[in-house]
Amino acid sequence: MLTKRIIPCLDIKNGRTVKGVNFVDLRDAGDPVELAAIYAAEGADELVFLDITATVEKRKTLIELVKRVAAEINIPFTVGGGISSIADVSALLNAGADKISINSSAVMRPELVSELAGEFGSQCVVVAIDSRFVEGEHIVHVSGGRIATERRTLLWAKEVEERGAGEILLTSMDHDGTKAGFANELTAKVSGSVSIPVIASGGAGNQEHFLDSFTIGLADAALAASIFHFKEVSIPDLKNYLKGYNIPVRIEK
Amino acid sequence: MSVVIVDYNAGNVQSVTYALERLGVSPVLSADPEVIRSADRVIFPGVGEASTAMRFLKERKLDEVIKDLKQPVFGVCLGLQLMCAHSEENNTDCLGIFDVQVKKFEPTLKVPQMGWNNLEHTTGPLFKGIEADSYVYYVHSYYAETSEYTIATTDYVNTFSAALNKDNFYALQAHPEKSGKVGERILQNFLDIK
Repeated sequence: MLTKRIIPCLDIKNGRTVKGVNFVDLRDAGDPVELAAIYAAEGADELVFLDITATVEKRKTLIELVKRVAAEINIPFTVGGGISSIADVSALLNAGADKISINSSAVMRPELVSELAGEFGSQCVVVAIDSRFVEGEHIVHVSGGRIATERRTLLWAKEVEERGAGEILLTSMDHDGTKAGFANELTAKVSGSVSIPVIASGGAGNQEHFLDSFTIGLADAALAASIFHFKEVSIPDLKNYLKGYNIPVRIEK
Repeated sequence: MSVVIVDYNAGNVQSVTYALERLGVSPVLSADPEVIRSADRVIFPGVGEASTAMRFLKERKLDEVIKDLKQPVFGVCLGLQLMCAHSEENNTDCLGIFDVQVKKFEPTLKVPQMGWNNLEHTTGPLFKGIEADSYVYYVHSYYAETSEYTIATTDYVNTFSAALNKDNFYALQAHPEKSGKVGERILQNFLDIK
C-alpha cells in the first residue's frame, strides 16, 4: 500500500543550514548533508531543501550542496527557493536533485509550470503554494508569504495541476510557526480537488497533528521543520504512532 | 567489474551513478554500442516519456543493441516499461523483451503514484535478502501488467509488475537509487547476478 510520507524541511543559506537546528550529535551543526543523512537513517521519506540565499553569486553554493546531497543520500529530495527559469532547474537536476519546487516565479509567470513539465516531466515539478486566509478567502501569497496576490488558493492549485505540476506543497501561512496543527480544512479541499499528491505544510507541533493532516486534511505527505530539528518529534516515534492509528507508513525493518 | 549505464538522454542518470558509487562501483555512461556490448553489467535507466525515449534509442540503433545483450541487464523505471512490448503512453511500440503491455493507471487514486509502496511476491536473485513487504520508492503513471515474467508485484489501483525477469534481463519499476537500504541491496543483488 502506498504510504503517507513524512518530510523534514531544511532551510539553507549560503550552503549551510539556517539556525534552529539542535542536534547535539552533529559534528557540524551547519552542515545540511550531515543532518540530511541523519533524517534519512531515521526513516524520513523525502527531504526538502529550501534555499533562502539572497544573492545570485552565493547561489552557486547551492549547486555544490545539491551534488553532495545526491552523492550521499539514498532517498529522494526536492530543492526550492529562488528558482525562476529552465536553466535554474536544469542545473539543479543535473546536480542530482530529484524534484524542484517553484513558488513566486510560477505565480508571476504560470507558463513556467508548463514549460518545466514539458522539458523535464511532471514528476520533478513541485509547485509550492503559500496561502493565507484573508476576508473569508484563501489567497495565494508570494515572497515568503508577505505579499498577497489576486489568486485564490483552490483555483491556483487546479491551474498548476492542469499546467503539469506533479505535486503541490501547500503551506498555510496562518498556521506556519504556530505549532497548533496543519490547515486541515484547506488541505482537504485542495487535495480533494486535484488528482496530484498534496504535501501539507505549516503548523506541525506534535504527533497528533500529523495524524490529523492525513485523516482530516487528506494530505499525501506532511512536511515540518523545527519540530524535527529540535527533536520535539522524532521520525521513528512519529511513524510508530501513525501506524498505531492504521495510517500506512514506511518503517524499515 | 565494468558497469555501463545506457546514456540516451532520458532524465536524471546522475542519481543512478551516485548510488552505484556508494556501492563502490564506478559506472561508465555511454551510448556507444561497443562499450555497452562489452560491459559486465548494463543498466538501462529512464525518467521521461516513452515515445521520445524509443525514438532516441532507434535513431542510435540502441534498440537492437539492448535486445541482443547477453550479460545481465537491469531496466529501471521507464527502462522497465521500454523493455515491454507496447506502452499506452503515446501508443508506443517498445523493445519487446518482455511480452507485456504497459498501461496507464485508472485515476481511482492519485496519478502518478508518488512515494513508497511495498514489494510483494518477490522471487529470484534480485531480491535476495530483501524482507517481505519491503518498501521502495515509486514515481510513475504507467505500469506493466502482471505476467509469467513477473518476479515481484505491488498494489496501486491494481496489482502490477514491480519487477520483471526473462533470461539475462531484469527490470524494476521503482527507483532503487532512491529507495534507501532496500534499493541499495537490490542494486547490489543485480551486480552479484552470475
